[in-house]
Amino acid sequence: MAQTGTPLVEMRDISIAFGGIKAVDHVTIDLYPGEVVGLLGHNGAGKSTLIKCLSGAYKADSGTILINGEPVEIDNPRDARAQNIETIYQTLALADNLDAASNLFLGRELVGPGGMLNDAAMEAETRKIMGRLNPNFRKFNVPVSALSGGQRQSVAIARAVYFNAKILIMDEPTAALGPHETQMVSELIQELKAQGLGIFLIEHDIHNVMKLCDRASVMKNGQLVGTVKVDEVTDEDILGMIIMGKKPARAA
Amino acid sequence: MTEHSAPPNLGPQGHDLQIGPVGRFLRATELDTRMLGMVGALLLIWLGFHLYGVLVNGEGVFLTPRNLWNLSVQTSVTGIMATGMVLVIITRNIDLSVGSIVGVTGMIMGILQVNILPQYLGLGHPAIWVITVIVGIICGMIIGAFHGWLIAYRGIPSFIVTLGGLLVWRGAAFLTADGKTISPVDTTFALLGGGPYGSVGATGSWIVGILGCAAILWVLARGRAARRKHGFAVREIWAEAVLAALGCGALIGAVLLVNAYPWPKGIVEAYAKANNLTVPEGGLFISHGFAIPVLILAAVGIAMTILMTRTRFGRYVFAIGGNPEAAALAGINTRWMTMKIFALMGMLAGLAAVVASARLNSATNALGDLEELYVIASAVVGGTSLAGGIGTIYGAIIGALVMQSLQTGMVLIGYGDGSYRKVVVGVALVLAVYLDNLYRKKIK
Repeated sequence: MAQTGTPLVEMRDISIAFGGIKAVDHVTIDLYPGEVVGLLGHNGAGKSTLIKCLSGAYKADSGTILINGEPVEIDNPRDARAQNIETIYQTLALADNLDAASNLFLGRELVGPGGMLNDAAMEAETRKIMGRLNPNFRKFNVPVSALSGGQRQSVAIARAVYFNAKILIMDEPTAALGPHETQMVSELIQELKAQGLGIFLIEHDIHNVMKLCDRASVMKNGQLVGTVKVDEVTDEDILGMIIMGKKPARAA
Repeated sequence: MTEHSAPPNLGPQGHDLQIGPVGRFLRATELDTRMLGMVGALLLIWLGFHLYGVLVNGEGVFLTPRNLWNLSVQTSVTGIMATGMVLVIITRNIDLSVGSIVGVTGMIMGILQVNILPQYLGLGHPAIWVITVIVGIICGMIIGAFHGWLIAYRGIPSFIVTLGGLLVWRGAAFLTADGKTISPVDTTFALLGGGPYGSVGATGSWIVGILGCAAILWVLARGRAARRKHGFAVREIWAEAVLAALGCGALIGAVLLVNAYPWPKGIVEAYAKANNLTVPEGGLFISHGFAIPVLILAAVGIAMTILMTRTRFGRYVFAIGGNPEAAALAGINTRWMTMKIFALMGMLAGLAAVVASARLNSATNALGDLEELYVIASAVVGGTSLAGGIGTIYGAIIGALVMQSLQTGMVLIGYGDGSYRKVVVGVALVLAVYLDNLYRKKIK
């Protein structure tokens, strides 16, 4: 995929520490349109923390974030959303007591005259997007706590896709899914990629990484081990990076 | 994840052919079965006390216009605050200070309208009650907002902040007037507490009733139109008719009830004298109609219901209760929301203090003592989950009515001694939560 011109996202020299522990230590990564970049590393390597600086959940202690070459301030999730950055969190970040439509539009509700919620319009839009993503989805009027893992996942994905994301962050999107649903998520990633979105994918399954990603950035102990093009390395090279923290000699 | 877009599902959710006529009725009308259960329990309590009176004391006095009218007035102070406590509890907090806020704002209002304002405006000036009410509500709001700030921005648990508030503001209520009782309050202000003059009379009640019926029909029609517009399944027309009949019937029943309770003889004579009327032979029948505090509670209940179900604010309250982290990740400023919720709770406590002190026709430093417990109990009996995320305004009001009915009922059947009342109310609280747990497990 194209790796020319201005990157869609560039996170430059990002550091963040919690109580003296450097969770992310001077890490630089980038992402081009129509590209999937895998973020790999052990638990606690700093992947999720790094990505939360982009989604607005955390604020980096130092470093800059550039979107289309322009430096931007992302202080909270609203700032990230304003930059068309959408996130599918590992925990899904759904309010269990609300229904699918309320979750999909949470923080961005459709309102009618007088600022009153337009629940009917929100449900209609939810039915449309779910009809595309998961045609078997029927449970529109129950709290999402009553949904299966896969259904909950599709609500979280619908939320990210509905608002015309340009940059999508997926934190282990298939961790809780069965084989069929995992396949559906893979297809979705391909489809969104074809539409020109840039996707950061946090993933533990090395096979998924080899299949879905264009490049892989590996982190260890808060530091970036390196970024490689997936089709230039083997899965063993990447595992070596994750485990040993060593960049393979032949990768550029 | 296919390209084609499937048409939205228009049918009702999940067919289940094995349901009886009751199930079909509930499904068609979409009535909240939990609410029906609570109303049923309330009616049972009423009937129980009445029958006990008939059988044991030889006279049933519970189901009389007089008692039910009094019950409605007695419920209003707790009910007004319970609507706010729902929001507090939904967001996984608690407010133990509301009774003390009632006490201190009641004292502030008492001093203001009795000792301060008459000096500048003259005794009985029509602006006195307005200024007093506004100041009382704002004082409550400031205290609540301060609690909310400590909780949200300083990270002190709400239990501790409001436990401190319970002590501080009760002490402050004493200190404002060195423990003196301030009485009587401004005569117009006193009307806000109810009583024969503080009620809207027969005609006023009919106006309220008819406006209310029109509103019920409008809400039903509007809901139907919105569903039509988006092609969702609408209720069958008979089900809509049943809902309209139930809502309007209950309201008109309430109007007939409050209009059936006449002014006491003494008041009628005093009123006739003051207005140069002659009382006819059989006495003059002047209806109380709805008491003003009850109308205040109704207005608060409607406003809070709209807030919770139709606005972003309400949606965010539920979201924070369901998953605070998800709410924050969705861009909701959860701290600011917490502060606003406690400020709103404070405002409602200020309003409750208006009603409570007006009803008493005096401000005392004991006003609202232990009220926080009844307010919390009402919200919880009304189905608000202490685990957060679940609760309704109407539930809390019905809960307040249940609690007050138990207290009143015990007095009426001859157990006026406070100890029995406390035992019954305490048992009812635990039992209600237990039954609610069973119910929630069953529907899951």
